[in-house]
Amino acid sequence: MMVTTAPAAPAAPTSTAIPAAPPTGLRRHLGKPFQVVVVLAVWALVWLVTRGRDTLSLSPADLTPLHRWLNDVNDTVGANRNTSPIFLYFFNEIRAAIDALVTFIQGVISQPSFGRPVPVLGWLGVVAVVAYVSWVFANWRVALLAAGGFVFLGLQGLWQESMDTLALTVAAVAISLLFGIPLGIWAGLSDRFHRFVTPVLDFMQTMPTFVYLAPLTLLFLIGPASATIATLIYAMPPAIRITAHGIRSVPRSQIEATDSLGATGWQTLTGVLLPLSKRTIVLGVNQTIMAALSMVTIAALIDAPGLGKTVIKALQTLDVGTAFNAGLAIVVLAIVLDRVTTAASARVQQTTGRGGVRRLLVIGLGALAVVGCYLSYTYVWAAEFPGGAGLGSALARGADAVTTWAQDDLSTATEALKNIVTFALLNPFQALLTGSPWWLVGAVIGTLAALLGGLRAAVTTVVCVALLIGTGLWQDSMTTLAMTIVATLMVMVLGVVFGVWMGRNRHVDRIIRPILDAGQTMPAFVYLVPFLALFSASRFTAIVAAVVFAAPISIKIIADGVRGVSATTVEAATAAGSSTWQVITKVQLPMTRQSLTLAANQGLIYVLAMVVVGGLVGAGALGYDVVAGFSQGNLYGKGLAAGIAIVLLGIMLDRIAHAAAHRSGTTPFKRT
Amino acid sequence: MRLTFHIPARSGRIAGAVTAATIALTLTACGGAKVGESSGGSSAAAGDCGTFNLAVNPWVGYEADAAVVAYVAEKDLNCKVNKKDLKEEIAWQGFGTGEVDAVLENWGHDDLKKKYIDEQKTAVAAGSTGNTGVIGWYVPPWMAAKYPDITDWNNLNKYASMFKTSESGGKGQLLDGDPSYVTNDEALVKNLKLDFKVVYAGSETALIQAFRQAESKKTPLLGYFYEPQWFLSEVKLAKVTLPAYTAGCDADAEKVACDYPKYDLDKIVSKKFADANGPAYKLVKAFNWSNDDQNVVAKYIAEDKMSPEDAAKKWVDANPDKVKAWLAQS
Repeated sequence: MMVTTAPAAPAAPTSTAIPAAPPTGLRRHLGKPFQVVVVLAVWALVWLVTRGRDTLSLSPADLTPLHRWLNDVNDTVGANRNTSPIFLYFFNEIRAAIDALVTFIQGVISQPSFGRPVPVLGWLGVVAVVAYVSWVFANWRVALLAAGGFVFLGLQGLWQESMDTLALTVAAVAISLLFGIPLGIWAGLSDRFHRFVTPVLDFMQTMPTFVYLAPLTLLFLIGPASATIATLIYAMPPAIRITAHGIRSVPRSQIEATDSLGATGWQTLTGVLLPLSKRTIVLGVNQTIMAALSMVTIAALIDAPGLGKTVIKALQTLDVGTAFNAGLAIVVLAIVLDRVTTAASARVQQTTGRGGVRRLLVIGLGALAVVGCYLSYTYVWAAEFPGGAGLGSALARGADAVTTWAQDDLSTATEALKNIVTFALLNPFQALLTGSPWWLVGAVIGTLAALLGGLRAAVTTVVCVALLIGTGLWQDSMTTLAMTIVATLMVMVLGVVFGVWMGRNRHVDRIIRPILDAGQTMPAFVYLVPFLALFSASRFTAIVAAVVFAAPISIKIIADGVRGVSATTVEAATAAGSSTWQVITKVQLPMTRQSLTLAANQGLIYVLAMVVVGGLVGAGALGYDVVAGFSQGNLYGKGLAAGIAIVLLGIMLDRIAHAAAHRSGTTPFKRT
Repeated sequence: MRLTFHIPARSGRIAGAVTAATIALTLTACGGAKVGESSGGSSAAAGDCGTFNLAVNPWVGYEADAAVVAYVAEKDLNCKVNKKDLKEEIAWQGFGTGEVDAVLENWGHDDLKKKYIDEQKTAVAAGSTGNTGVIGWYVPPWMAAKYPDITDWNNLNKYASMFKTSESGGKGQLLDGDPSYVTNDEALVKNLKLDFKVVYAGSETALIQAFRQAESKKTPLLGYFYEPQWFLSEVKLAKVTLPAYTAGCDADAEKVACDYPKYDLDKIVSKKFADANGPAYKLVKAFNWSNDDQNVVAKYIAEDKMSPEDAAKKWVDANPDKVKAWLAQS
């Protein structure tokens, strides 16, 4: 769910849907909020009478039979690992193949290999190849950015770590695309497969990684294979989803025209569908890379080499500076790869073939890159990045200074902020959710789903509520739900404020966008320590961490939406004497309602992705259950159940939002 | 936006420049040392020790153990040491699959012992590390100085209101930490009738940050902590005495009303590794040092920011007798 670039095709508003509000629609919209308020009021009243009853609470150390059973399953797998033929002939083969791939890439760019004390390609070779490839597939500007970014990694003193991370990312992305694009094409062509695969992808994207790290090492052993598979479970869904979206967006008329010419299915695919959806598919590649990079730190918990290890080690000694330096390297890698693939997707549309001169340049610069590779293969100065980590330690010192300042001078004010939000908003809301009997909450959520989304959404919601009760973690789920909703509200406030500002002003956009990219790709582990200093171990800290991660995507989507409002409409409003405030509230925001819904939906999914991180800083509830399950064998089953509960919350909220958006007249959007 | 390429003449010039640059670079850059020229044959000759897969669990004390054992194994026994950064549970899993040879600092974990030593028979115990693990409730030193009687659990209720936070629902907050460690705190609070609520910080990082700030800003904090731990050399936390531990008083998790036992931290190795009885196994079995020893190395790593290798070297150079004693047994 690391949708870094907002151009995400689905976000683009469909033309300029003039909000021709017919009177009937208007009445409906006036009625619905009223009904929602009534439901909430009834809830509060019934809560007063029934609170504390049937809350299904479970203390952190207690287990249900389901949790114990899951433990037993896990143990059985472990006990049979070395004898079962499934392992000997299936998992072991997969593992060997992936291990070989990763080790090979590492040998080329990061680790001593083939009897040499250094990798095959030194820093100069890697920079030359990256710049050349960026230029060939995109343009000279991103080529310069890529070269600069990679040199920066070296100056940070993190060359080898960065290359290890790059090697693992390349392997995971390659495998993701190898399987993801064909599956995406299938999902694009077949409605049945699309229906089948969507919940599977939801599951892959919202199931916390902590839950499946330990089982993965059981299946694929400790090593690059497990780390790669953990990464691609999270990274493959965007490739499948966006490819399917691309195929589905090809106009029907185009396909029918080809069909009428008597083309075979294969010809239609290669001649029409793929060429027309190429741009979208490259965007899928982009999202896959971003998702893979967001797994770097977590994969380090099972010995994945690279920058993640540096972050985790630094965290053990609360060394914020070192963690920040390594986190920044991940951000740099992400921004470089993002800009290169985005530029490449823009290039895909242009027709190539600028004649002989370009061909000459391709050959000439290619030769230059080869020379760079040769030099870095042969000479020490081009193989090992020269100089120490001067820049890296300066950055680390800077980050340390900021953290110290925050914890000494700022924390009194921020503690007050935390207390206000917690006591005024979070505590009452949580009391309502966790203190109500389960049947009351279930009824309220079901009714709201029916009101906002219709019957289908209501049925899905009721099923999810039933399954949540089945996990045995109802009350923890409600605590997490309260935090999730508060965080999503904050995300939307930020989204509207900054989204409108960025959408109306290109300069602001250019300044803020890299900060948003950093918010999305900087590993949360890096900023946990300063946040703990500011807000202590609390639910609010978890909320803030989630907002940092989730706000960027909402801001980007809303900014795109605001920019998509046709200039003539805005000009007309201005000419009619509207003030800036009126233009924003009466024209730009109403016309971007679809973007607002998408922003809320994506913001919410991103917030849910941070539930586990929240568990590390005092959020308790489901996040803590998952973390504890990862740490203690006898809590494994409970952690798994908590992971499933997070998935259920995600699916429930997502389906309600979808149906609501669909019903409120906007065209249905696809999640990326 | 490759405007350049619209004008052939200019592009031609660029192409020429590129070619010239290529040639120039090839000719001039060929100075300097070549790869592999000066490396003084440090590889090969791994002796009969072979490869030694050492799990490194994620806390600094463990890293200190691992650093010293790895240093001695490489320098004196010529082993090829593979350190693997793993959480406990995953490290133990690795015994069966042959990915892990040794775990150096095990904190109790009777559940893991039962599963991997008794049931799966993939692991065996390899004796004590000589370190004693203490778990308990701590307050920052300024509180112990200002309220001397706070370190007795009987007086905790008297101070409960001081420990209120936004998370503790009107009661005093008892901050619990890393879920990796054993905790009976919920039962303790209930059975000792304390007016406190357990709040789960969720990580060691969160706990240390909380104590660090409580001491520097002189704010109240009661939290779960443990030693040996490098942070105690930065802030000397004061331990709260709970009703004394007696054998079996923690048998029923629901009814626990006594302090945590002292843990004899021990080493666990894979069955295969033990049966092979190689030099690395003998070293692991002989490895034994005091809490002070570990704290020194942990401090080198955590506070002096030395690399584990440098920290280990510094300690080994200063303690040749101890190292010699281990090697004599192996």
